[in-house]
Amino acid sequence: MPVIKVENLSKVFGKNVKQSLKMLDSGKSKEEILRHTGDTVGVNRASFEVDAGEIFVIMGLSGSGKSTLIRLINRLIEPTEGHVYVDGEDLATMNKENLRRIRREKLSMVFQKFGLFPFRTILENAEYGLEVQGMDKEEREKKAKASLDLVGLGDYIHQYPEQLSGGMQQRVGLARALANDPEVLLMDEAFSALDPLIRKDMQDELLDLQTKMQKTIIFITHDLDEALRIGDRIALMKDGSIVQIGTPEDILVNPANDYVERFVEDVDRSKVLTAENIMKRPETINIDKHGPRVALERMREVGLSSIYVTDSKRNLKGFVTADDASDARKNEIRDLNEILRTDVPTVTRDKPMQEIFEIIHNTPVPVAVVDEGKLVGIIIRGSVLAALAGEGEVNVNV
Amino acid sequence: MLMFDFIPQIPISEAVQWLTDWITNTFSFIFNPIRNQFGDFMNWVADRLYDIPAIIIILLVAVAAFFVTGKKFGLAVFSLVGLLLIYNQGLWEELMYTFTLVLISSILSVIIGVPIGILMSKSKTAESIILPILDFMQTMPAFVYLIPAVAFFSIGMVPGVFASLIFATPPTVRFTNLGIRQVSTELVEAAEAFGSTGSQRLFKVELPMAKGTIMAGINQTVMLSLSMVVIASMIGAPGLGRQVLSALQRAQIGPGFVAGISIVILAIIIDRFTQNLNKGN
Ligand SMILES: Nc1ncnc2c1ncn2[C@@H]1O[C@H](COP(=O)(O)OP(=O)(O)OP(=O)(O)O)[C@@H](O)[C@H]1O
Ligand SMILES: [Mg+2]
Repeated sequence: MPVIKVENLSKVFGKNVKQSLKMLDSGKSKEEILRHTGDTVGVNRASFEVDAGEIFVIMGLSGSGKSTLIRLINRLIEPTEGHVYVDGEDLATMNKENLRRIRREKLSMVFQKFGLFPFRTILENAEYGLEVQGMDKEEREKKAKASLDLVGLGDYIHQYPEQLSGGMQQRVGLARALANDPEVLLMDEAFSALDPLIRKDMQDELLDLQTKMQKTIIFITHDLDEALRIGDRIALMKDGSIVQIGTPEDILVNPANDYVERFVEDVDRSKVLTAENIMKRPETINIDKHGPRVALERMREVGLSSIYVTDSKRNLKGFVTADDASDARKNEIRDLNEILRTDVPTVTRDKPMQEIFEIIHNTPVPVAVVDEGKLVGIIIRGSVLAALAGEGEVNVNV
Repeated sequence: MLMFDFIPQIPISEAVQWLTDWITNTFSFIFNPIRNQFGDFMNWVADRLYDIPAIIIILLVAVAAFFVTGKKFGLAVFSLVGLLLIYNQGLWEELMYTFTLVLISSILSVIIGVPIGILMSKSKTAESIILPILDFMQTMPAFVYLIPAVAFFSIGMVPGVFASLIFATPPTVRFTNLGIRQVSTELVEAAEAFGSTGSQRLFKVELPMAKGTIMAGINQTVMLSLSMVVIASMIGAPGLGRQVLSALQRAQIGPGFVAGISIVILAIIIDRFTQNLNKGN
């Protein structure tokens, strides 16, 4: 069961909600509705599920409804229509008391401008969520301290927020959110107010924490690079609607429409695509069966100047070049082992393309993609360039 | 203008008169005990203050001023000299009465004003009803409040407090409302997102955030009630105001000036105290 399930969730800001919803039904755009009814469509029939341990990123341009959507999930904003299930319980229809319980136990939020209470110390800030639950002082201090230790702020607990840098303040925000051990973290542009270097650090730290804690995270950003870096899946929003949901590769490789395509146009694809996205099926010969003559033959057939050599189990042994093979044939050498070259450039499936680019630059033969010693594909310079240029075929879901 | 002459004068003044009489008679069972008990209480407070030797109060105020202003001598010295001067002019008892009036009306103003301000901040309807009432209360000439005050509570300190409440409470209400509404949405969202109840949100987040603004309102309330207390001498409230009034009635500029200066000294001390209490936190 998904931890979060959002179903047909909509929010219309304004006074003519019924009419606006009808217009949405008949496919009218946000602009038309604004002109006609004066209402603003915040979110339009969003549906998605988020699984346990997943980082689900919601991205889109300013005003596309990201903040509204994330606030509908913990009902800081009342939905106009639709459902939000947290562990199967519908938040949209539950009473105030249950809502508070869910907010206290299952959902925590991290805010763009940190949302720290300036008159409370770091420790007291981190305690807040536990304090409102009525936990006694000793216990909540212990938990808050543990949480602050986790984000590396154990030494600052008696300072006030204004005494800390932005990055540190957001760590406090994170610690406060983690202190009551929620299932779900809601993060609205949590790193957007930080400068780029700190931002990178925080992203790394979040990923680090995530491997330890396995929370379900809904993360909002308007920055595609950030989304690609931390997202397991990404939802793209436009004018309140979700226009595409997919893995980072899906989004980059198969943009659902022009809007997504334009959004991803500028992204540095080399950071996102990995070896398995651009590798090709390898031509190989079998060292257990074949000799130099077959090797030469095969290379001629497909027009290559070298070929990879494996054993019967497709374990990579090395490669032979066409020149060596023809010399060997002249000298009546039968064993491939004698001309086998083993200085093979290899990479794993998940090697980022950026790094492959450097490797492939310095080697005359295609790069071998191996998985536990087995040859699974090769990468030739041409396909790297094609992928960087955003064209050519790229393998998704290999 | 002339074309309206055929409309007879609308009997507003008669209506108000009738209403006041009616309230006075109908609720005399409330007003009378308040006048008696509360009047006794205020006299008791003023007497107890007067029992304390003046020099002790003066020294205590000076020391408090020293600490309240962050260990600076300015206000402490001013308080010391100013209060000694008042004592020297033989106005100490009057000062104690005035101070009692200001203290008690301010406390009541805060007790009444802050909750009303909170109510306004929580409800648009309440705000739209109360704001015009506050405007009305503040633009009405202060003297006018003396009339119902006398009708309800006769003369003395109690009607003084009543008039002062009406006149001086609005700033506390306004600033409380403003202070709470000014709390940034992110902080309110943070409070909500972690599952605060309404009162947790109010007491743990909104009031602490609004404290500075509320204190600025309270400062104004205190100042206004001081000015009202002087006006209230016209309906028999004792204190420095009465000295000013009697000097006015007898055209004695000397005593009038001395009493006036004493009020100014008291005003400055109270103002600096409330301001610094606010800053200190
Ligand atoms: N309280 C509100 N009342 C009326 N309209 C609102 C309200 N909140 C948001 N909106 C509108 O809803 C739309 C979505 O706003 P939202 O804040 O969710 O966008 P966003 O994607 O978070 O943008 P940003 O990147 O600027 O934060 C916008 O058109 C906005 O003007
Ligand atoms: Mg936003």
